[in-house]
Amino acid sequence: MSAFDKVTIARSNNRLTAIDYINSLFGDSFFELHGDRRFSDDKAVIGGIGMLRDDMPVTVIGLEKGRNTKERMERNFGSAHPEGYRKALRLMKQAEKFHRPVLCLVDTSGAFCGIGAEERGQGQAIAENLMEMMTLKTPILSILIGEGGSGGALGLAVANEVWMLENAVYSVISPEGCASILWKDPSKTAYAAECMRMTAQDLFKLKVIERVIREPKTVESKMFDSLRGIIASTFERYGEMSTQELLDNRYNRFRVLGNNVSPFEPVFEEEL
Amino acid sequence: MFNNDLFTFLKPKNELEQTSEGLTVEYTPEIPEAMWVKCPKCKSLILTADLEATNKVCAKCGHHMRLSARERIAMLSDEHSFEEFDANMTSSNLLSFPDYDAKLQSAKHKSGENESVITGTAEIGGYKTVLGAMDSGFMMGSMGTVTGEKITRAFEYATENRLPVVLCTVSGGARMQEGILSLMQMAKTSGAVKRHSDAGLLYITVLTDPTTGGVTASFAMEGDIILSEPNALVGFAGPRVIEQTIRQKLPKDFQTAEFVEEKGFIDAVVPRKELKSTISKLLKMHR
Repeated sequence: MSAFDKVTIARSNNRLTAIDYINSLFGDSFFELHGDRRFSDDKAVIGGIGMLRDDMPVTVIGLEKGRNTKERMERNFGSAHPEGYRKALRLMKQAEKFHRPVLCLVDTSGAFCGIGAEERGQGQAIAENLMEMMTLKTPILSILIGEGGSGGALGLAVANEVWMLENAVYSVISPEGCASILWKDPSKTAYAAECMRMTAQDLFKLKVIERVIREPKTVESKMFDSLRGIIASTFERYGEMSTQELLDNRYNRFRVLGNNVSPFEPVFEEEL
Repeated sequence: MFNNDLFTFLKPKNELEQTSEGLTVEYTPEIPEAMWVKCPKCKSLILTADLEATNKVCAKCGHHMRLSARERIAMLSDEHSFEEFDANMTSSNLLSFPDYDAKLQSAKHKSGENESVITGTAEIGGYKTVLGAMDSGFMMGSMGTVTGEKITRAFEYATENRLPVVLCTVSGGARMQEGILSLMQMAKTSGAVKRHSDAGLLYITVLTDPTTGGVTASFAMEGDIILSEPNALVGFAGPRVIEQTIRQKLPKDFQTAEFVEEKGFIDAVVPRKELKSTISKLLKMHR
């Protein structure tokens, strides 16, 4: 399967969105919390508290694309404004206060580009999340479930571990953007997707993610049972660390990225 | 809908030339090769010696032309006080991205630098500080792994030695030839800034034209005090990307430093001639 095939799957309208994961992992226990307490409630970000297990309350924050046309309009196709990132940060600080771990579900083509987003400091909002997430004194796990679009995805992906679904993608720019900027040629989109190394498999090789989650052909509740199990055991493992160990773990995880990368074989366009 | 949010297409103006990266570079007159240069904004002729004396600010219209990282460091630091870190650190083509090796070579040749940022220690008005400046001549100041590494090391050094940091930004955003590793530099540098901040130390950012994309969404916006040069383009997404996304014209002066200051994201817009004295004053207040 080519990288661009995965991009297509990751963007597919039939793909499970953050709400589906929240419902399957937390069931009726999920209680949604709204608003950034500053400007508004950004519906591209869904957040709240749920019981991952009977003894484990978790703060969960997802970038939500919407499951049908009406929802997608309402959710701005999963592209958050600054208030979305600020709402996420508010809920993370709340999790820190009550010693709850944080689960982030990432699925966005990118942070929204628009007049209001710029006026309200899109760059500043993401920058603040990157800084604050780095020293949040509770375990953070981020899972890329669909599209991981650049800074808009990273704003919810500074974590102790980052996982990806096997057909999710994560990149610094969309392959269309890359092809158009570098080669001014939209026909090179698939080639750009390959060259950027945006698949879960390549990112695992680059040590940008810790785990690739297998996607069964049909959605089974078994998948969510096993996912719930590994999320809970991961939170337990990080929960046993001292605060200093936890924060050093997160800092060092990002500190070494890009060092000790074994070089990739070049991509030959004619082979695609 | 795709948001290429970390990349910016700057609006081509008459005085701008398009680079192969799709970013635009302002034609900056070489000094002292020509006797006269034309101001790209008001078109008046300026004697190169005069331009040098004003650090490339047009005496007629006040237009701030771009400075290289070396010129900026020379302007801000006390004479002979700058000691560079990691001068020989250089990027390699980790992803085997097509044409990246050649682009790096040409960027090095064009700018005379090994990366898009220069870091080191300097004295500013007698105050010892860690000083960094990005260079628009090196792949439009794009953030690669080495850019992130040099900035991270500079902050780690400052934290260890209890020094303030002054960082002058100019960037078209992330460097797509380094893919996700470029994006990861945003998190890495932000972590180092946070540790420096938690140690109670001062960080001043100086935003210069243009500061956009992944640099805006990380260390540029993380300063305790955020200064900017007049009329600098400061934003997350570039104006052309926004126009394409929302299909409407942007308001006049949108994303200028003055506009961003009015919206509450910049502490002060400071003309170049007052920059050094302003920074010295702030350093004194945080001794």
